[in-house]
Amino acid sequence: MTPRNGLTLQTALSTHIAAGGKCFVPYLTGGLPGWEATISAAAAAGVQGIEIGIPFSDPVMDGPVIQHSSQKALDAGATPAAIIDSVASIDVEVPLAVMTYANLVYRFGYERFASELRAAGISGAILPDIPLEEAGPWCEAADGSGVETVMLAAPTADDDRLERVVERARGFVYAVGLLGITGERESLAATSKVIAARLKSMTDKPVLVGVGVSTPQQAVEVSEVADGVVVGSAIVRRILETGSAEAGGELMAEFVEALALG
Amino acid sequence: MGEPTGVGRFGSFGGLFVPETLVPALQELDEAFRDAWADQGFRDELDGLLRDYAGRPSPLTECERLGAELGIRLFLKREDLNHTGSHKINNVLGQALLAKRMGKKRLLAETGAGQHGVATATAAALLDMECLVYMGEVDMARQELNVFRMRLLGAEVTPALSGSRTLKDAVNEAMRDWVATVEHSHYCLGSVMGPHPYPYMVREFHRVIGNETAEQCAQRIDGDGLPDVVVACVGGGSNAAGIFSGFAEHPSVELVGVEPAGGAAIGNGVPGIVHGMLSFLKQDEFGQVQEAESISAGLDYPGVGPEHSHLHEIGRARYVPVTDDEVIDAFALLSRTEGIIPALESAHAIAWVSRERAQLAGKTVVVNLSGRGDKDVAQMMEIMGDKL
Repeated sequence: MTPRNGLTLQTALSTHIAAGGKCFVPYLTGGLPGWEATISAAAAAGVQGIEIGIPFSDPVMDGPVIQHSSQKALDAGATPAAIIDSVASIDVEVPLAVMTYANLVYRFGYERFASELRAAGISGAILPDIPLEEAGPWCEAADGSGVETVMLAAPTADDDRLERVVERARGFVYAVGLLGITGERESLAATSKVIAARLKSMTDKPVLVGVGVSTPQQAVEVSEVADGVVVGSAIVRRILETGSAEAGGELMAEFVEALALG
Repeated sequence: MGEPTGVGRFGSFGGLFVPETLVPALQELDEAFRDAWADQGFRDELDGLLRDYAGRPSPLTECERLGAELGIRLFLKREDLNHTGSHKINNVLGQALLAKRMGKKRLLAETGAGQHGVATATAAALLDMECLVYMGEVDMARQELNVFRMRLLGAEVTPALSGSRTLKDAVNEAMRDWVATVEHSHYCLGSVMGPHPYPYMVREFHRVIGNETAEQCAQRIDGDGLPDVVVACVGGGSNAAGIFSGFAEHPSVELVGVEPAGGAAIGNGVPGIVHGMLSFLKQDEFGQVQEAESISAGLDYPGVGPEHSHLHEIGRARYVPVTDDEVIDAFALLSRTEGIIPALESAHAIAWVSRERAQLAGKTVVVNLSGRGDKDVAQMMEIMGDKL
């Protein structure tokens, strides 16, 4: 299958940005009961891309909300293969990426994982525990299958390291907004604008800030510098609390609208 | 057992599978460790603490009664006699001194049975540092004396409430904390596991066990001065790495790592990636990490240090399982015959020697008695009190 709407993740985001838009990419945990409806709700809300989590037993980069949703999905029997298979039959025209941890991909086999993503119409992959130093074998498989590997760029990196991260990134550059794990914060961390500005000065690739972006207002604030945001915990919490894809869709629409107004 | 190659690799195992935020800190730690380890001033300071504070060198005790009963010549390397009751103090004093040298004021640690947590809390008190220990909620209940000890020493103990609420989850919580506090905290990892440089650095801090034992064997064993077999329990594998390092270069010495049957990463696992390393790991067919189940909280870990995976793969060491029942018997056996109550972890090594007495007949065996059993007597009273 070709990527959704025939575009790569990077082309789709760049086109939106070139037209003056800011990108909103929600994270949604795959395998939660009823999760397919949340993907459709995201597409209906007008998001620019969707990050689908494949739950792992030991998600070290994730805070309580995503830990909880991951565990809930695992308890419901979620497996990587089943999630990827389901995605293949979800009819949305938004570029998709999976977010998961190294061991699930290693166990699946790097080449097989990459080709199955591609076959399911999934454009990208985000693997937060595969940094540059370990990226070689996976990236070779991903590049070979045309899967875009989104790299994370953290505030702790010096400029030389950031340059190398940006160089290796495909799809977009995932700017880690703060020192810490995923989860909601009362206010936007000062580090998020700083890392976004550093990255924007280095690259024309889309720069999206994630980790700690919790409200439409914070999304707008950081997007004064960045090309957009990735938001997970706030949306997943809404979905878990209401048990409703629609309620999740409403919150996603609020983000999209706020970013459109600027 | 030399330096790792490439990005922290022992053969094909090891590596640096961590969130990007931590990579610069791990690279800084690698450099700082190598710099310190090559600095005689640092080595002298650490040796001084190990001698005057921890009580090194630890004795090598020959077990005449138990040896006679088993038909072997048996020595115990007495890490149980170190300050805080186990080998863990070797690594912790090294890392705490290193953290101080790096200008970090806060130590983070995970703990299973509580021995590493107590050791870290001890070093923090000694060196005037803050200390936060993550411990699985289940382990806090079964090792409540160690929880109290850590608090008495001035450390904060925070329960890990996720997953199986044991050691694996305590590591997750410590790593999550470190991602947020990396600028002023040092993660004092308690075993030869995790991302590079920990497997290498922690083994070097425990190398003192192997060095001392080799020297003591040379004085006590006739002929080549070497034992036939060196045995140690393996969870993450730090005490085993320490004592193996003294003998790995002598091919005549057999190295045996004893895993709990319910948590045998090498025995029952396949290679996988968790906690920053590629190593043998108990996992399901999809790669979800499985919970280890062992009578000893300190060995309740589904992974193993990557250098052990390598030693297994090249056939230099072999890894064998023992059951909880065999461990209970060994716990009682050593207590009764030698007047030494072992930690349940260390009792795994004794259990294997006892079970394999026939194949070991006439051989000289050194067991690393990694810790003392004081922390386990309440639990063992529940299990075997009625029989006494």
